[in-house]
Amino acid sequence: MPKRPTGEFSAASMADIAFLLLIFFLVATTMDIDSGLSRQMSPYDPDAKNDDKIKERNVYVVLINSSDQILVEGKQMNILNLREEAKKFIVNPESKDNLPEKRPVEIDYFGEVMVSKGIISLQNDRGTSYGAYIKVQNELAAAYNEVREGVAMQKFGKHFEDLIKEKQDAVKKYYPQIISEAEPKNIGGN
Amino acid sequence: MAKFGRKGKGGVPEVSTASLPDIVFMLLFFFMVSTVMRETTLKIEQHLPGATEVKKLEKKSLVSYINIGKPKGTFQTMYGTEPRIQLNDAFAKVADIRNYITAEREKMDENERPLMTVSLKVDDKTKMGVIVDVKQELRKASALKINYSTRKVEAIE
Repeated sequence: MPKRPTGEFSAASMADIAFLLLIFFLVATTMDIDSGLSRQMSPYDPDAKNDDKIKERNVYVVLINSSDQILVEGKQMNILNLREEAKKFIVNPESKDNLPEKRPVEIDYFGEVMVSKGIISLQNDRGTSYGAYIKVQNELAAAYNEVREGVAMQKFGKHFEDLIKEKQDAVKKYYPQIISEAEPKNIGGN
Repeated sequence: MAKFGRKGKGGVPEVSTASLPDIVFMLLFFFMVSTVMRETTLKIEQHLPGATEVKKLEKKSLVSYINIGKPKGTFQTMYGTEPRIQLNDAFAKVADIRNYITAEREKMDENERPLMTVSLKVDDKTKMGVIVDVKQELRKASALKINYSTRKVEAIE
């Protein structure tokens, strides 16, 4: 057996090798973690007939036209006011006649409480820009999140995010998020 | 005139490069841990809209992506400037989505299939028409959990 020389070997190329690996990872990978607004769509049913009557006061109609203007309950609205207005609709604190009805529901942790029958109906045109659509979706989600946060603080004294899952579900039942999306219309053209 | 005296003759001692590999390895490990492999090359322009109420997508293996946007410069001669759908690495038509979803579903574990999420990565200047068609197609393919991919911003402008 020939004797191998023992002892030091040159570490000079180590840096080059490491740099090579580093550059490979810089090029081949991305850093972004995906985040976004999650939605559940209703199943496709071509025979579905939309003849179930919902009272006018229970529906909050949000329309976006092809030039990204917003019409809420027949009145034009700035996107910045949408959140507060939507919260008024969701909570209906004084049980006004023109805001949604409430029905008693049994919920864990809360007992029997009055839950709103309100539905938010979101309609857009085929010419609406995606950016405007996401802004409206975001504001509606924010409205729900804020009222849920409010009730979580009041009932459990904790942020909604920090609650255990059962309590979160109870709060979600207290303010159910129902956003219905109608088939879009093509009025303003593309 | 101020005089600058030269320091000792040829006196600058060499910087030791012995710790250089360690530093580079440290950087390397940082990048290995904090990044994920790039899966597709985008052929479209994509400026995601901003939103404040974003949630992170939990499991990457459960997510399929649909990219929509205007084709990038070099592809515009072939595909025009109207927003296009990109699935994996190729441009696709709305009708291709159902096959794509089926193929993606096949790749998953059987017990994870109901949890499948479709992430829509759409450029914010796209018109809703094409997105509505895509959503309708997803409903037909019964991929009902969707996620509108957005950037996290502090306040909407």
